[in-house]
Amino acid sequence: MPRQKFILNGKKVTIKVPDDVRLLWVLRDLLGVTGPKYGCGINVCKACTSHINGKAFNPCAVPVGKLKPTDEITTIEGLPKTVKKKQRGKHGLHPMQEAWLERDVAQCGYCQPGQIMAAVAVVKRARRQGRKVTEADFEGIRNICRCGTYTRIREAIVEGEKRM
Amino acid sequence: MTEPAAATGVGRRRFLGYVVGGATLVVAADLGLSPARAGALPAALPTIPQPAELFDLNDFLTLCAMPTANLIAIQLHKDGTASFALPRAEVGQGITTSTAMIIAEELDLPVNKVKVTLAPARPELMFNQLTGGSNTTISTFTPIRVAAAIAKNELLKAASLLLGQPINLLVSKLGVIEAPDGRSVTYGELAEKAASPVTRPVDVTLADSGFTVIGKPTNRVDALAAVTGKKTFTTDLKVKGALPTMVCRAPTLNGTPAKVNNLTKVRRMKGVTDVVMVDFGVAVRAKTFGQCIDAIRALDVTWADGPVAGESDADVLARLRKSEIPLKLPDLPDNPLLKTKSLDLTFYFRSNSAMDTNSAIADVRKDSATVWSGLKSPVTLQSEVAGYLKLPVGKVKVNVMQSGGSFGRRLFSDGAMEAVKISQAMGKPVKLMWHRADDARAGRTHPMATNRTQVAMLGKEVLAFTQAHTSVETDFRHGLGEAITANVASLPTGLGNLGFSETVFLLTQEIPYNVGVVLQTLVETEQRFNTGSMRNIFSPDMRVGSELMMDLLAQELGEDRLEFRLRRIRNKMVRGVLEKVASEGDWGRKLPAGVAQGVAIHKEYKGATACLMEVDTRPTTVKRKVRDAVTGPRVTRATFAVDVGLPINPTGLKAQMLGGINDGIALAFTSSLHLRNGHFQEASWDNYFYTRQWNTPPRVDIHVMPASTSEPGGAGEAGVAASFAAAACGYAAATGKVPTHFPINHHKPLAFREKPRVPPVPPSPTNGLKHTY
Repeated sequence: MPRQKFILNGKKVTIKVPDDVRLLWVLRDLLGVTGPKYGCGINVCKACTSHINGKAFNPCAVPVGKLKPTDEITTIEGLPKTVKKKQRGKHGLHPMQEAWLERDVAQCGYCQPGQIMAAVAVVKRARRQGRKVTEADFEGIRNICRCGTYTRIREAIVEGEKRM
Repeated sequence: MTEPAAATGVGRRRFLGYVVGGATLVVAADLGLSPARAGALPAALPTIPQPAELFDLNDFLTLCAMPTANLIAIQLHKDGTASFALPRAEVGQGITTSTAMIIAEELDLPVNKVKVTLAPARPELMFNQLTGGSNTTISTFTPIRVAAAIAKNELLKAASLLLGQPINLLVSKLGVIEAPDGRSVTYGELAEKAASPVTRPVDVTLADSGFTVIGKPTNRVDALAAVTGKKTFTTDLKVKGALPTMVCRAPTLNGTPAKVNNLTKVRRMKGVTDVVMVDFGVAVRAKTFGQCIDAIRALDVTWADGPVAGESDADVLARLRKSEIPLKLPDLPDNPLLKTKSLDLTFYFRSNSAMDTNSAIADVRKDSATVWSGLKSPVTLQSEVAGYLKLPVGKVKVNVMQSGGSFGRRLFSDGAMEAVKISQAMGKPVKLMWHRADDARAGRTHPMATNRTQVAMLGKEVLAFTQAHTSVETDFRHGLGEAITANVASLPTGLGNLGFSETVFLLTQEIPYNVGVVLQTLVETEQRFNTGSMRNIFSPDMRVGSELMMDLLAQELGEDRLEFRLRRIRNKMVRGVLEKVASEGDWGRKLPAGVAQGVAIHKEYKGATACLMEVDTRPTTVKRKVRDAVTGPRVTRATFAVDVGLPINPTGLKAQMLGGINDGIALAFTSSLHLRNGHFQEASWDNYFYTRQWNTPPRVDIHVMPASTSEPGGAGEAGVAASFAAAACGYAAATGKVPTHFPINHHKPLAFREKPRVPPVPPSPTNGLKHTY
């Protein structure tokens, strides 16, 4: 069986698993990293949103064999360490997570790791384009929340953007 | 149990509870404790009170607890924390937080020092471990307060001995008891000293006011776990040997497997450990869920058709139409000026699928079984499992997990019962997870229904208001139905002989307006679908019918829609919330053509809600493009007000109303299931369009009314009905046309290409790295 190598939340990972197993299952079922959630398995609900080399992606739609040993995968568990210590908030978390806590966004919480990872990527994308997050950015976030927390998600993104 | 306490004055009541023998302080109260229900409304009202006004579903659920003398216990620990196992399910509605607040209030302990967990199935609680009808806080408020108040008294007694000061000179604050001389002792230090070797009854007095934690906006106790990915849902739990397991299901709804034609081949696939045929499909167990999906897709199964094979929406609708009974207005004086108005609506099937699909871990052994799942009726599941496995109930352990949403679905234990059957068939522990496609297609639905309203008017007077709901059966066989059977004798006269659904219907429906003689009826047709409630039961559809009719009547009389309602409201709570949204939401403000306001109310769960929405139906809005999205009309502004009697946590309450607003918008415009040729077509969140960011209102204002009573009402489902109705009324006002069906886009061409039914689950894509951002 092939050995898969990549970097997960700052640590090198080597694991024996067939190339075609999607990364989501490698994370959840084999490595026990359960922050990214299953909601559809077809890159629609976005509950598993994580980052690859700093950009948002959905591990349910990536065969693990497509990863390079230098690819850096960040899940919600590794998000705080992507910012410097002094940038972390009073819970020691990424500014976006802190904003989420302040706005008390989560209800059932199932989609929220994915929402937060998407939010960070949306803010970073806007920064790369030299602008602030807009209404169009909000409307382009496909992550579904069946509890309907959308308004608080928007408020938290605005707050998180200020702190990032 | 409760007695008037004249000596303590108005607003204070005395209750009995227990100090339970143990190593540290344990206190308990009877979960059946409840305040006497509020008296009936004054009789001198033009519309005679309907059953639900005098005795509603929440009274019934609270009553179900009365005969069971069972204790809920709070324990104090040496680390200064208190713990409590709540016999209810947390599914996102925030009851672990509100319960921690109630305990913190009575115990004078910080909220974060109160640890609330979910109790496993406790068969002795019988009907009193059902999480439904938004009843948790209504039914547990008093018993939890009693237990916590006893705990504080016992801590004070122990502190008094230790500090050598009389109790009345001691002050408790945030887990510390202080004497006048400044010496203090913490709850942690007292936990053992206050313990009792024996169980003994004690009485305690509760005050109805002066709260400092209750009513204070408080963030969720599980928020940190949620935002760090540490919150543990069923599929996140590690149970030794419980490997990923999924089910290959039939291409028709509730079809069954006849034969697996390539069993050996699939059993040899990479990662696969087991493949077995069970009565509802073919179960596959593998090292990863991805390999389960591959195996399901490789299976060649011969299926027997399900009971609705070949049928489509139109067939079900035709059957509903045949079952409709003629609308009956009461005998009215023969007057040529008498006018009638009618409204006839169709509500299509809707899915109550949550983000966290039906999932359960089961470990069935020869002489015992253990289950982990998000369960709102764990006692019912426990007895079903015991019956199925022919084990004594005591040998079946049922653990209640935190769930990623419920919306009615987790009243049933579909996933858990399947996991038990599969674990038994394989002889191994399993972690069963439904694929999203199954959760949407084969999971439970809110039944399709027609709703007809007819009103008789004479001049400006409304003489009679009749509303008939004809529906595919709503399944209540999850414990509530059984509770009704067991408590028939306690129901108000006339309700005892009805079916479950009719009983629930009459216990929940009312029209809080003065509209003459009111008659609301329910007829159900068939049982072939997998149904259940969906964040509220009959009310959202019923309210849409009645509120659209109120708009039609106002229009007929040339009156303002708000004024027309305000003149007829016969309930103070409802009036309060309606006036609130009217002023906060700028009722009547000028809007461009094609944009209009809609306003609606609802009264249920011991509270009242009102919603004002502005709906934009202009072509540029309706036709706006978002990739792979269903756009359509947009609610641009939502103003909501809620009066729950005594709000426990305004932050959590607002969160529930926000969810209700987004549910209402989805129900009005975009979310339904299409039955076609024997199965539902929707198999993904990009088929079934629950509200997404592109449809959520850019502006939402939610107002929690100040405490209007001394008892909390329900929250979880309370936000849906008024929101759905406001969206419907706003749409009708903006377009000048009253819709005939909901959601309004149900008959438009599908916004997606249907996923294949064989194999029943789609493959996971491989191009995820092309869509990074």
